Amino acid sequence: MSEPTSALRLDVYKTYKLFVGGKFPRSESGRVYEVTDRKTGEWLANAPQGTRKDTRDAVSAARKAFGGWSGATAYNRGQILYRAAEMLQGRREQYLAEVAVSEGLTAKKAAPLVDAAIDRLVWYAGWTDKVAQVAGSANPVAGPYFNLSTPEPTGVVGVVAPQGGNGFSLLGLVSVLAPVIATGNTAVVALAPNAPLPGLSLGEVLATSDLPGGVVNLISGHTEDIAPTLASHADVNALDLSGVVAEEGPASAKDLEVAAADTLKRVLRPEPASHDWTTAPGTDRLLTFLETKTVWHPMGM
Amino acid sequence: MTKRYACRYAALVSMSSSSTVSGRLAASGLAEVASSEASLRRFLHGLPGIDAVGLQARAAGLGTRSIKTTAKAYAIDLAISMIDLTTLEGADTPGKVRSLCQKAKNPDPGNPDVPHTAAVCVYPDMVPVAKEALGGAPINVAAVATAFPSGRAGLPVKLADTAEAVAAGADEVDMVIDRGAFLAGRYLEIYELIAEIKKACERPDGTTAHLKVIFETGELVTYDNIRRASWLAMLAGADFIKTSTGKVTVNATPANTLVLMEAVRDFRSATGIQVGVKPAGGIRTTKDAMKYLVMVNEILGDDWLSPDWFRFGASSLLNDLLMQRQKLASGRYSGPDYVTVD
Repeated sequence: MSEPTSALRLDVYKTYKLFVGGKFPRSESGRVYEVTDRKTGEWLANAPQGTRKDTRDAVSAARKAFGGWSGATAYNRGQILYRAAEMLQGRREQYLAEVAVSEGLTAKKAAPLVDAAIDRLVWYAGWTDKVAQVAGSANPVAGPYFNLSTPEPTGVVGVVAPQGGNGFSLLGLVSVLAPVIATGNTAVVALAPNAPLPGLSLGEVLATSDLPGGVVNLISGHTEDIAPTLASHADVNALDLSGVVAEEGPASAKDLEVAAADTLKRVLRPEPASHDWTTAPGTDRLLTFLETKTVWHPMGM
Repeated sequence: MTKRYACRYAALVSMSSSSTVSGRLAASGLAEVASSEASLRRFLHGLPGIDAVGLQARAAGLGTRSIKTTAKAYAIDLAISMIDLTTLEGADTPGKVRSLCQKAKNPDPGNPDVPHTAAVCVYPDMVPVAKEALGGAPINVAAVATAFPSGRAGLPVKLADTAEAVAAGADEVDMVIDRGAFLAGRYLEIYELIAEIKKACERPDGTTAHLKVIFETGELVTYDNIRRASWLAMLAGADFIKTSTGKVTVNATPANTLVLMEAVRDFRSATGIQVGVKPAGGIRTTKDAMKYLVMVNEILGDDWLSPDWFRFGASSLLNDLLMQRQKLASGRYSGPDYVTVD
């Protein structure tokens, strides 16, 4: 049989899937929703419509992964984040296309955003073994003790990914996700429902970077399903509301903060929708999801 | 149950009038089956064969029920009250057993409404510790005996093991059968072993420790063997039959447990003697526990739906049940931070 001519060939479309526990499952509901080109409104792909149950499964996966990831050496975490940057670099063209359609940009304008996302991963990779020097301290005490404070990761962090602002779809996602996992937390991310494709593809990069399964879980779907589930779940220790846009209702910042208060979560409040994600991030996000452990050690014994 | 199988026992059941166990067995004509190796083999191999595919489909079908809200709350509390909270590690310390007993008495320290478990299950040398820690609480102490988990020791050793546990105050004895003897077809040997151990369970005051017989279904290879082992143990006087030790790769599965349930159901219709069932090992989630409870309800009925007749041998199951209970009470999904670390 001869090869079919190129005119007859059908393109192989990618089935976008969730990223939960290191695997790529479809939504347990079996549902998908249409993702369209930001500018032209053309159909791009079917994204899985993650449900509350998918979110809870992701929380269990993140909890399971927490012991190993928080116990890994900072050096090892840095290597893995750097590896993710390498993988992202290798698939730059794909992300370029996805960012362009997700944010309605030309390829030329999308290029620096993808490059910035790669650089930001490298930047946070460098922070992993330095954050303890910044956030920790040797405290002077009136007694024969060494008194040392060290930062410890908070636990499972629920993240609402950015839904607007320059570079939100990939650079924004990396900017909120990397600081969470750099310090040893694990994350469940509610992707931007209007632009989930770069985020869903990011799972493929993370899965090939030696990142243990469950450290990052990516869920696409309605924010009003996913975010309140994260906010009210007792096994989620902190909540990053960066991408919250709703003014009213269960997915609004106010309702989510109320739900989070019930279970004593650490909460990072939303960024303005017009936030420019290319600006230098600073260490605020890195230091937010940390708890301080202080030990008293007898001296001279 | 096939029709022929049912008919075979229908006549026997109607004969029963005596109230003692041996009397009932004699009345049902089953007392003589263990009179010789040959007759025991003939009886056990005469039990109807099991359609493995059908059995698995039935077990899977019973696992599809959706149980929510008030029924779920009831099932969770019932499951907690049926747990034999178990620690059978080489590294068990008196401290660990004491904390296990505290947990058995009061599973959720933040909520006194949670029922206590049915029993704690420990190695014989830990029985005095468990007895003391439980104080007067209505929780039994079960001890695994007879060279648990392999069952590979001589009869005197097994009897001494059992006697030690009973003397130390064990309310229940979990014995293992010698799977090697069973697979080699030496059924009478096992029958006599169980009968001997049953005798060793007697206390000086005339009362008896409850005897649970563990088959290690994962090592019996076929469902037919599991059915034979069930009948063998019940004929020999087991008060409970139990699937597994929890120490091998294949532990309690719904299909294995279903075979045990059918056996105790048929045994009661044949002899009038009710025997309990205990799946053990590998039951970790509330969902799993619910599936077993559905099976009990469907196969055995209300008579078995109590801690006196059905038990879960488990350790991590309790935490999952507590988390689900907290979810029902508060509406918020709970996590491992809200239950004890065992």
